[in-house]
Amino acid sequence: MSTVEIRNLHKSFGQLEVLKGIDFTVEAGQVVCVIGPSGSGKSTLLRCVNLLERPTSGQVFVDGTELTDPDVDIDAVRRRLGMVFQQFNLFAHLTVLRNVTIAQERVLKRGRAEAEEIARETLEKVGLSEKADSFPAQLSGGQQQRVAIARALAMNPSLMLFDEPTSALDPELVGDVLSVMRELAQDGMTMLVVTHEMGFAREVADRVVFMDRGAIVEDGPPEQVIADPRHPRTREFLGRVLHPEGADDE
Amino acid sequence: MSEQPTTLPSRKAWSPRKRQRIGRGAQYTLLIVVAVVLASLADWGAIRQSFFNTQVAADGLPRLFTVALKNTVIYTISGYVVGFALGMLLALMRQSSVAPYRWTASTYIEIFRGLPALVIFLMIGSLPLAFPGLQVPGGVYGQAALGLGLVSAAYMAETFRAGLQAVPKGQMEAARSLGMPHMRAMVSIIVPQAVRIVIPPLTNELVLLFKDSSLVLFLGVTAAQVELAKFGNDQASTFASPTPILVSGLTYLLITIPLGYVARRLESRQRGKR
Ligand SMILES: Nc1ncnc2c1ncn2[C@@H]1O[C@H](COP(=O)(O)OP(=O)(O)O)[C@@H](O)[C@H]1O
Ligand SMILES: [Mg+2]
Repeated sequence: MSTVEIRNLHKSFGQLEVLKGIDFTVEAGQVVCVIGPSGSGKSTLLRCVNLLERPTSGQVFVDGTELTDPDVDIDAVRRRLGMVFQQFNLFAHLTVLRNVTIAQERVLKRGRAEAEEIARETLEKVGLSEKADSFPAQLSGGQQQRVAIARALAMNPSLMLFDEPTSALDPELVGDVLSVMRELAQDGMTMLVVTHEMGFAREVADRVVFMDRGAIVEDGPPEQVIADPRHPRTREFLGRVLHPEGADDE
Repeated sequence: MSEQPTTLPSRKAWSPRKRQRIGRGAQYTLLIVVAVVLASLADWGAIRQSFFNTQVAADGLPRLFTVALKNTVIYTISGYVVGFALGMLLALMRQSSVAPYRWTASTYIEIFRGLPALVIFLMIGSLPLAFPGLQVPGGVYGQAALGLGLVSAAYMAETFRAGLQAVPKGQMEAARSLGMPHMRAMVSIIVPQAVRIVIPPLTNELVLLFKDSSLVLFLGVTAAQVELAKFGNDQASTFASPTPILVSGLTYLLITIPLGYVARRLESRQRGKR
């Protein structure tokens, strides 16, 4: 059973068709990176996987449960999914520790002591144990994003979704977040990552999916999609991303 | 041909600096003239006699604080609690996905924002006519809490709504993606942040309500239930002197000025934080 299976997924906002029939799967333990130009529907795809957006048609399965079934308990499914946003979205009124414990207590009904123990372990894992009592506003962007990862991990998700987790960060803070993600991947976490970090994708991803204008153009191992793209649109996109200055040279 | 357009055929032009000085001088002169006229028209002996009659003021003294101010504070706070709860409920109803909830809340807010507080207080006494057998619990205290609560709830609802909208959308999405049901996310994540945002305007509302508590006098209160305005008015007629009213007024200011100051401080501190 695949961790995520998407069948013929369509999503429109009013007249605008953003996803035009997406099919793909993520197997347990895989890291899949989604790349593509801005506006191609990457965020929308990710948000359809945890139903922050309702698909217009098609099916989404997570661990065999059909999310697109109208009778499904969305909250129960979301418990198994961790989501990391571009803008971190830490709870601004809560300390770092409380950010990581609140859903454990309120959703998983763990006791305060157990939740705090797990929170301290996950904060340790992202290298921020000493920030437990800080508020989000006192942290750098990179630290906030690592707390956001810890917050999701503490729920023991079977799949982690990342939506451009490093795009809002100053360049010198990107590395810390990526190395946390790299470790997660090594620990065997199943991950679906929207990113522009080609180095990360090449090194960590089992598969890279290139999306353009609401459709999947290429789907394959990184050494193929990034190093030797078949499709001209993929080649053009990678040219722009990998060599931003030299794009017009030839 | 090359004549400068700015050199008008000259009357003696005043420099802007000089003009400003003359303007300011005129304003001071006006102020002094008005003050002198008022001072010469007033009967200072009579003013001291009626408005600053220390004997009359002293007569009300312990009760001014132990009864009147105490009751004013009780009415204000109980009204505030009712208004806060009802206002929060209305603000949440306005965001409900159930349309009749939204209509009910908007209608309430429209109506009660448009009504003078006095009219609401006059209606409260007539409630038993509409609902026979209905007794507002707590007698005058309950009626006062209800009246002031109804008066303030509409404003508080609007304030809460602004506060709820000021919480970034990502907060709700983050909460939902952790598996929190909508209600739980509202209670644990959204509302606490919204309340923080609205603390300054809600402090101002407390000042307004403190003043509006004077309307309790229309509920028909006993001597033990009297608040500042009625206390001053009763004393004033007993002694045929306006001094008690002045004293009541000063007692209001004793609370409202510091509270208003606190509200402005909170406001500027919050503005600094953004
Ligand atoms: N809530 C929405 N309402 C209307 N249009 C939207 C909404 N969300 C996204 N879109 C549109 O859908 C398209 C794809 O957006 P998105 O999935 O964010 O792309 P990407 O993440 O690849 O940059 C864009 O044209 C965007 O303007
Ligand atoms: Mg996006």
